[in-house]
Order: sequence, then structure tokens, then C-alpha cells
Amino acid sequence: MTWYDSFLQQLVDGLVLGSFYALVALGYTMVFGVIKLLNFAHGDLYMTGAFAGFGGLSLVSGFLGAGWLGIFVAMLLAMLAVGCLGVVIERVAYHPMLAAPRLSILITALAVSLVLQNAALSLTGGQYTAFRTDLGFGGFNLGNLFLSYNQIVLVATAAVLMIALELFVSRTLYGRAMRAVSIDKDMCRMMGINVSAVIAVTFFIGSGLAAAAGTMAGAYYGSIWYFMGFLIGLKAFTAAVIGGIGSITGAMLGGLILGLLESFGTHIPFIGSEWKDVFTFSILILVLVFKPTGLLGKSEVERM
Amino acid sequence: MANRTPTLREDIPRGNVFQRFYASFESPGRRRALHALIVALLIVTPWISSQYVTVILTNALLYVVLCLGLNVVVGYAGLLDLGYAAFFAVGAYTVGILTQQFGINFWAAIPFALLAAAIAGVIIGGPTLRLRSDYLAIVTLGFGEIVRFTARNLEITGGASGLSHIPEPSLFGWQIDSSIDFYYVFALLAVLAYIASQRLFDSRLGRAWLYVRHDEDAAEAMGINRVATKLAAYVIGAIFGAIGGIFFSVNLGAISPESFSFQQSVLILLAVVLGGMGKIPGVILGAFIVVLGPELLRDFDTLRLLIFAVLLLLIMLFRPSGIWPEKRS
Amino acid sequence: MLLQLNQVSLSFAGNTVLHDVDFGVEPGRIQSLIGPNGAGKTSMFNVITGFYRPQRGEITFDGERIVKRKPHSVTQLGIARTFQNVRLFREMSVLENVMAGQHCRSRAGALAAVLRLPSQRAEERKILEVSLECLDFVGLMGQQDRLATNLAYGHQRRVEIARALATEPKLLLLDEPAAGLNSGEKQALIELIRRIRDERGVSVLLIEHDMSLVMNVSERISVLDHGSLITEGAPQAVQNDPRVIEAYLGQDDEELAL
Repeated sequence: MTWYDSFLQQLVDGLVLGSFYALVALGYTMVFGVIKLLNFAHGDLYMTGAFAGFGGLSLVSGFLGAGWLGIFVAMLLAMLAVGCLGVVIERVAYHPMLAAPRLSILITALAVSLVLQNAALSLTGGQYTAFRTDLGFGGFNLGNLFLSYNQIVLVATAAVLMIALELFVSRTLYGRAMRAVSIDKDMCRMMGINVSAVIAVTFFIGSGLAAAAGTMAGAYYGSIWYFMGFLIGLKAFTAAVIGGIGSITGAMLGGLILGLLESFGTHIPFIGSEWKDVFTFSILILVLVFKPTGLLGKSEVERM
Repeated sequence: MANRTPTLREDIPRGNVFQRFYASFESPGRRRALHALIVALLIVTPWISSQYVTVILTNALLYVVLCLGLNVVVGYAGLLDLGYAAFFAVGAYTVGILTQQFGINFWAAIPFALLAAAIAGVIIGGPTLRLRSDYLAIVTLGFGEIVRFTARNLEITGGASGLSHIPEPSLFGWQIDSSIDFYYVFALLAVLAYIASQRLFDSRLGRAWLYVRHDEDAAEAMGINRVATKLAAYVIGAIFGAIGGIFFSVNLGAISPESFSFQQSVLILLAVVLGGMGKIPGVILGAFIVVLGPELLRDFDTLRLLIFAVLLLLIMLFRPSGIWPEKRS
Repeated sequence: MLLQLNQVSLSFAGNTVLHDVDFGVEPGRIQSLIGPNGAGKTSMFNVITGFYRPQRGEITFDGERIVKRKPHSVTQLGIARTFQNVRLFREMSVLENVMAGQHCRSRAGALAAVLRLPSQRAEERKILEVSLECLDFVGLMGQQDRLATNLAYGHQRRVEIARALATEPKLLLLDEPAAGLNSGEKQALIELIRRIRDERGVSVLLIEHDMSLVMNVSERISVLDHGSLITEGAPQAVQNDPRVIEAYLGQDDEELAL
């Protein structure tokens, strides 16, 4: 393989990884937009989504098979279930805390994350669960570059979901209300917008997208476990920050950038794959410190 | 009785019988008596309990030190630190490496460990304490993971299996090696940590943390440098954590990266929140609950953490000030 | 001049808030800054105290340039302030609130506190004494152990003044100190402002809408309108200045209680 082929291979790997990050990052950024909360539990919704997708697939695989069709239906079921879970979490845990000090709501979010994680731990005994599919390893060669069908379907699905979201936010009434709520909640209330409903829809969509990513990741990598949401939660948050937290386009962009950075970064001789996560966290810290508004975020009025 | 004029003084303890019971210890005389009783209990306990209980209590006392340290950061200064175990690790590894690999005397290694923790605190806190509080939480989490990954990847830290055969310290010919010895070491540390946090709380710096937490702008207008004040809390918390780590490493004689995971940070935070952020006796109680609770729940091994997680959520939703009662209503 | 602003301009996202303001406070003066709502008075306080950074201009206080200083360091130099909507540490006691002011006049660090060094204990005693003295000065002796939030509004304003005085300032900035006070309390406030200057030698600059109070207490009045200083002078002269009347009339609100 020439350096060029290797470059292309990294590019493809980065895109796949970046699609997962972007889908999860969207949830962070949307929730942050409407209630200014860093939803620590978001990574665990991704994990829950993977298990829900797994459950959904075992339900439907009998008559739809465990190929892409079955997985697709399972993914929709997972999105629905986890979307509702997200709404319940917002109602039960976050809504009563919105007026409380910031520290309280952050710890509450952390607690929700721990509840989801440890519930999954108790149910699975901490073991990996095999996510069996009939996807196979087919694909084709482009020169020396191997593209699997799975990778293509995965990136395409992520792209479709993101385009749908973009259309929803820019074209529909709820989407516009969502943007309005993220700018000025009180004004929205005065204008007769049902702010609670908008927040609920936001949680539903954000959680649903995480579940979609979780199901696809389970199907793609073939195994799931209770702790899979922790790292990706952190990384997706990094992606959201890189793109500019609160910006939907930014989250997609940030996800792809982070996926590519990781994919290429681990092939810098000095760094190596065992330093991959250190590399990501360092990026996170550097971005937060030097450019906390990210690439597309709006800066707040500077004071002091 | 019926026609007695109501008083308007606010220092009369109100509330239920428990609150009045706790409030009664605010008089200096009773408080001194309570302190004496606790010290006596600390001294006597290992002689009347099994070795198993002594080891568990030693662990609880270690948590008291760690929790009081995190309490300075979270309870006093109001900064959410999700990577506190990192400082615990810095203390443990510095001593482990210096004593085991370089043969430096344990007591001579301590200042280096404290310095390392303080420097780590400044490096991570300096640029990040200006950030929004939720960004700070994530950065500290990331920092905690970086420290753990680094410990796992480096050769000098023993990689994933960590360091073992860390020599036991001796003091003026007294070899600190039995579980009772270590019990007393940690009891002393816990008492010192208690005194230190009480004194810090009652000082100019302690008040400054509260001012900055309540209203950053008003605090700045009063001439309080908010970044420096937060940094002080962060570094002091780091030093408490490092002290815990230093003695943890020689107590166990072996350390590995998994002792300093995110779960460890969360457990310490849980103890602080459970007992009541900013309330010293509450935090100490929280530390004991977090350590002793799992011993009582031994039969529910995988459910243990779930129970803790649900507990944390319930506390935040229904009693965010923790289980220790408020001083005043 | 104790405080001097030279050609200070401030804008937010293209909106000019202050426009080439030249302004000074002489030592030992009681001076007022008036103007219609939105004229930029509070912004001017925020610029002076370091909360906002002006795009252009120079500010000197007691011979030091202070434009790039952080608020805490401005306070350290000797400018103290109160806030338009009282900003006490509500869940802390009155005494603890006032002690905040002494923070910048003390220096014991963490180690001194943990070891309870004699110097630290002496300093704590001094903090306590100064704070009680400031409370006494504003007439709130005996209230020190109450929670700030439980005090009557007029008393909360006084606690804020005591807290500012505890920073041992040379210049005290009061942002609408009479807002929400009844007429008896206003009269007491006038006395208090005079005593602050006469007994403590602290210069006072206040923003106020209550014109009778302003005319009564000020020795000099500056008028700000749309971010520009339109006139300055003795109370009588300002009161009769046609530009001032126009600035307020153009506003048609209730503030024309001259």
C-alpha cells in the first residue's frame, strides 16, 4: 500500500467513526441549546439505545431477518423507546432542577448517567453482549482501498438522519420554535410557545439520534456492554465543543473532524493507538481553554 | 405558656428533634466533649474489633480525608470536579515510583508528591477555572482519564498491572506494617484533615470561597480575585487527595491504574453530596456510608453501584443539601 | 483629580453605550451622575470598576491607569461600589457580608489559616473589628448575625454600603442608593452619605433618579445622555440648563421631578 492508499483508508475509518460521534454530539448540542444543560447522561442513552436496538432486533429478526432491513426496523424501535426515555428523564430529573443552582443540576445529570450505566451493569452482569447480525463482510475494492457495504450504509444512514434533522429544524414549526427557545425562553413563553413541549421534543430527537448511533454501532462492531456510552459520550461532547456547542451544523462538523483527527492521529508514529484517548481529551481541553465557542458557536458578550 | 411573647431571635434552634440535637453541639463545651469522645472511640476501636473491621474502618478514614478534600472544591468553592481521583493517583504514584524504583525514603518522597499534586492542580486549574462550570466538570473528567491512561501506558508506572512491593515506611524505628498501625496513621490523617478543613472554612479564604460561589460579580467588586480564589480551592483539594494517595500506596503496598478510575471520583463525590456539600460532619458521615454501605450490601454485588446511583439521584431531587441537617432553618 | 476618565468609549456589538466621555471626580467631593434611563450611567460605573473594558480611552485613579485592571484589583486600589439591585450574599449573615469587604485589606493564606498563626489570628480580629465598626457606622449594630436576605430592603442597602466601606475605599460609587426607600430612609441616606465623606474622608459618586436627593446632597452634578456627557456643574446651574431639561423632556417619563 502506498501512503496515498493508507491515507484513503484512514479517511474512510475517520468518516465512520465521525458519523457516530456526530449523531451523539447532536443530542448534546440540542439539549444544551434549549436548557443550557450539559447532559452527562447522553452517552448512556447511546448505550441504552444499543441495548434497545439489540432487543428490537431479537423481536423482529424472526420475520424480517437480521440483515439491514431488520436492523433498520430495530433502530427505529430503539429510537422511539430511547426518545421516550429521554423525555421521561427530562420531566423527572431535570425539569424540577432548572431553577436550582448549576452545580445541583450537573450532579443530577451525573446521577442519571450512573443510574442508566449501573442498571445496564446489573442486568448484564458487566459482560459483553454479542450483537449478532447477518451483515457479513462484503464490500468492494477501489484500487487498493477496501470499502465494506456496512460502512457505506452506516455513513449514508447517518447522513440521512442529519439531513432530516437539519430540515426539521430549519423548515418546520417545531424546529423554528426550538431555535427560538434556545435564544430566549421567557420571550417564547410570552409569545405563546409551549416551551415545555419544545424541550420535550428536543430531548426526544436528541435521545433518538443517540439510540440510532448506538444500534448501528452495536451492529457494526458486533458487541455491546454497559460502559460503551462513557467514552463516546465524552468524545461526542468534545465533538460538540469543537463545532461550537449549541450549533447543530457545528455538531456534525465537529463529529467528523474528531473522527478524522482520531483516525489520522493514531497513525502519527509517536502517538500510537494506546494514546488515542489521551489525544482526544487533550484536544477537548485545548479547545475548551483556547476556543470555548468552537468553530461555529456564537460568543457571549465579553465581560471583565 | 400561652401568653408568652414570641421572640424574634434567630439563633434559637428550631426544627425537629434531630436538628435541635445537632444544634446543641454548637456550644463550645459540648463540642469539646464530643470531640474528646470521638478521639477516644478512634483510639479504642481497633482493640475491640476484628482485623476485618479495622481494615474496613481504615478505608473509611482514607475516604474521610479524600472527601474532606473534595468538599473544599465542591462544597466550599462550588466547582464540580469529576476527576478528583487523579490527584489521589498523583500522590500514590509519585511516592510509589520514588520509593520503589529510586529507593528514596518514604518521608523524603512526601514533599515531592505534594508538590506534584499542587503543580498538577495549577496546570489543570489555571486555564480552566475561568470556564463555565459545566465545562470545568468535563475538563476535570478528561484530566482524570488522561492521568489514568498515562499511568497505564507508561513503563515507569508499571503499565496496566501497576506498581507492587512498595516498601512499608518506618518512623523512628517503628515499622508501620500491621493493619492496626495503618489504622492509626489514617485516623491521625482524618483528624488532621478535619481540623484543617474546619480552620480553612473559618478563615478569610474560606469565606472568599463562599462569596465567589454565591455571587462572582459581587465578590469581585469586593476585591476578591475569583480565579485565584477558585485555584486555591482546587490546589488545596489536590493536596488533600495526594495525602490520601501517598498513604494509600504504602498501606496496600501496590497500586494500579484501576484504583483511580472515574468510578473512584464519582464515589468520593457521592459521599460529599450524600452527607451534605460544605458541611464537614455531613461529609464525614457520607464517607463512612460510602465505605460501610457496600460491606452491608455484600450480597447484592452488582446491584451495589446501582443502589448508590439511585440514592444519589434521589438525594439530588429531594434533599439536595444532603442528609446532614441544616444549622438554621 | 481623584478619578479621571479621558475620551472613554464603550460599545456592545456595534451599539455605542458611552461616547468619548471626559469625566472627573475631585477628592473629597460628593458628586452625582444623572441622566435619563439608558443613558449609560451604570455602564460608566462598570467601566470604572473594571467590569466592562472600554474600546477606547484612558481612566486614571489616584495616579494609576486602571483601564485594563480586573474589578478586584480596582477595588484593591480604593474604588468600592454598590449595585443597582442589591447584590448581597443572601444566604450569609450580615456580618459575613461586611467581612467580604475586608478581604482585599488582608492577606493570610491557606497555610496560615490551617496553622492558626498568630498573625492570622490578629488579622481575623482586625477584620472582625473593622466590619463591626462599618456596621455600626451605617446604624446596623445588633443585626450582624441575621441572614442578609431576612433584612428589610432599606437595611439591605445599608449592609451593601457597609460592605463597600469595609474595603477602605477612597472613592465610593453608589448605584441608585435611594431606589425603593421611603422618605424617612432617604433623609437618613443623605445624612449617611455626608458622614461618609465628612467622617471617613471618602469621596462619593452616586447615580440617582431622585432629584430632590441629588440636589440636596451633591456638590457637583454631571449629566449623561445617550452615552455622552452633556453638561456638568453646580446643582443650581445644572437644574436650569436647557440641555438637561431637553434631555429629560425628550424622554417624557416621570423623572422630571426637578
